[in-house]
Amino acid sequence: MALLSCCLFITLGLTLALFAKHDLASFANNDVFVGYLFIIPSLIGFVVFFLYPAIGALQISFHEWNLLRAPKFVGLENFQDLLTDRRFWRSLRVTLWYVVLNIPIQTVLALFLAIVLDRLSNAFSSLVRGLMVLPWLLPPVVVGLLWLWMLDPLLGIVNAFLGLWHCQTTLLGSPQQVIPTIAGINIWQYTGYTAILFFAGLKTIPKELYHAAAIDGANPWQQFWRITLPLLRPVTVFVLVTSIIGSFQVFDTVAITTGAGPTGGGPAGASSVILFYIFDKIFNRGFDMGLASAASVALFVILIAVTLIQLRLSRGNQSDLAEYS
Amino acid sequence: MLSYQDKGYQQRDSNQARLQKYLGRIFLFLVLVIFSFIILFPFYWVLRTALTSPNMVYSNVKSLLPVEPTINNFLRVLGAIDPQSMIDQGATNISAGKLNFWLFIRNSFIVGLLTTLGQVFFSTTAAYAFARLKFPFRNVIFSLYLAGLMIPGIVLFIPNYVLIKELGWINSFIGIIAPAFLMTPFAVFFMRQFFLNLNTSIEEAAILDGATKIGFFWRVALPLIQGPAITLGILTFITTWNQYLWPFVVGRDESVRMLTVALSVFRAQTPQGAPDWSGLMAGAAVSIVPSILIFIFLGRRVVDSIQFSGFK
Repeated sequence: MALLSCCLFITLGLTLALFAKHDLASFANNDVFVGYLFIIPSLIGFVVFFLYPAIGALQISFHEWNLLRAPKFVGLENFQDLLTDRRFWRSLRVTLWYVVLNIPIQTVLALFLAIVLDRLSNAFSSLVRGLMVLPWLLPPVVVGLLWLWMLDPLLGIVNAFLGLWHCQTTLLGSPQQVIPTIAGINIWQYTGYTAILFFAGLKTIPKELYHAAAIDGANPWQQFWRITLPLLRPVTVFVLVTSIIGSFQVFDTVAITTGAGPTGGGPAGASSVILFYIFDKIFNRGFDMGLASAASVALFVILIAVTLIQLRLSRGNQSDLAEYS
Repeated sequence: MLSYQDKGYQQRDSNQARLQKYLGRIFLFLVLVIFSFIILFPFYWVLRTALTSPNMVYSNVKSLLPVEPTINNFLRVLGAIDPQSMIDQGATNISAGKLNFWLFIRNSFIVGLLTTLGQVFFSTTAAYAFARLKFPFRNVIFSLYLAGLMIPGIVLFIPNYVLIKELGWINSFIGIIAPAFLMTPFAVFFMRQFFLNLNTSIEEAAILDGATKIGFFWRVALPLIQGPAITLGILTFITTWNQYLWPFVVGRDESVRMLTVALSVFRAQTPQGAPDWSGLMAGAAVSIVPSILIFIFLGRRVVDSIQFSGFK
């Protein structure tokens, strides 16, 4: 709130300073006045709900605080507790396992579909291209719920048909299968969206490159590895960075398929991803805000590290297309 | 990628090549058919289950059509019939609690529309200022916004929850709406791109005609970027409508409960061993109506906006 009133004072001060110099009509034409007038609402929103909480999270992570008594400074104790908590390490392992299953399959499948759409460019493929965003538009809660029903071990349609080949499984009810199943559900929801991104990237690759390669005797497989993949790199990097960041924060689907709300994470903690760990600390273990914040800060650090490594490995900000034009 | 347009190639082995190309296209076509089926089947299955009589959900599992078709499940989740009366008539395994999804639809609409209006309007004015006006600290503030784009939601979640709690806004619309009402870094960034691309000569002409900066924004720039603003509005509305974590924590009370939260509460209340699947699927069907409508009428815009986001 202190920051909020600070913003207000700055605006007031600026307004008064300008009033002293100009008449009223020229205000509407003054860059500084109009500029601040236009950004002030968004600046308040940014300071209160983005900047202040970002600093706040770091601050809380150094304190012991249960919302009832005043926060007590404990230095790095929360981080020490975190590193020795076996549940935290388990949640990291579960999350990483999810990311490792989700990202490669989703990305490869999406790229494959984008190429199919690009090659078969007719009315049908443009219809399918529209259809692909449909799962992405749905609330993850609904997606989780409908798959929970379809994958029900006894009554679900999937097992009913798998039964024809005698390979019924428990999927969400099994500690081994729950994370692969949730990864599969999210692949269903996000592959179409990712394919659209790749499709747009494919459209930017000049067709002459393929003609030239074909004349030189390159087969479609070589064309894919030597032309398509390198030239798609900026899109691929964007897709990987954003989807990995999203993947590490998986929550809604897990929440609805393994319980309802922060009570899930089963069976036997096998799907307790890192966001569940944080939730558990807040809502099931007496508002341990310090430890929860420390875990969220740790997640942030992991995400920054993963992103930096990716950008370093892929030189994502440069396009090979520049060399051709 | 298929580009065997080279004439020599075609003449050498034209029949075989044509056959290969033909088979290739059939293969691609089949891939898309299978893929469309995988996308569409769950939608059909939601509808099929929602229209199935609750007594029949546990038998006839493999029936591809609704068994003993009925719209009672929809009437039940919308609060038009008391579940107790259906239980009295012999429907087992349905939740006895009275449901009122109309209320939750209303709540989702209030949250969705207010967030969208606020966020689009205030982000658009800010975007205009960042793209078109010169004022002190402009670039510093904008870089801060960009940094905000990278902070994961969960980091902001804890302090924001504490703030809303201290303000006494738990279980109120204002508490659910507040964090995204004035801006999101993405919204400002998205709109700024379009203002940057506006032709400067239009602005100069308007200023010569005596328009002020505010007048230019309101009468010239805003109508020109109407399209992107509507797209942003659609994206914001969908995101808000679909959100779960935040409203689950700050708005669980029935009076402000959103559809996604209502579904998870419904799911938690239904017996673990024998869930009320027909009711749950009717609730699910109701909560995806806006997504379907947006898809049918504004799908093209959504697809275009996804393509834009890949090239920012």
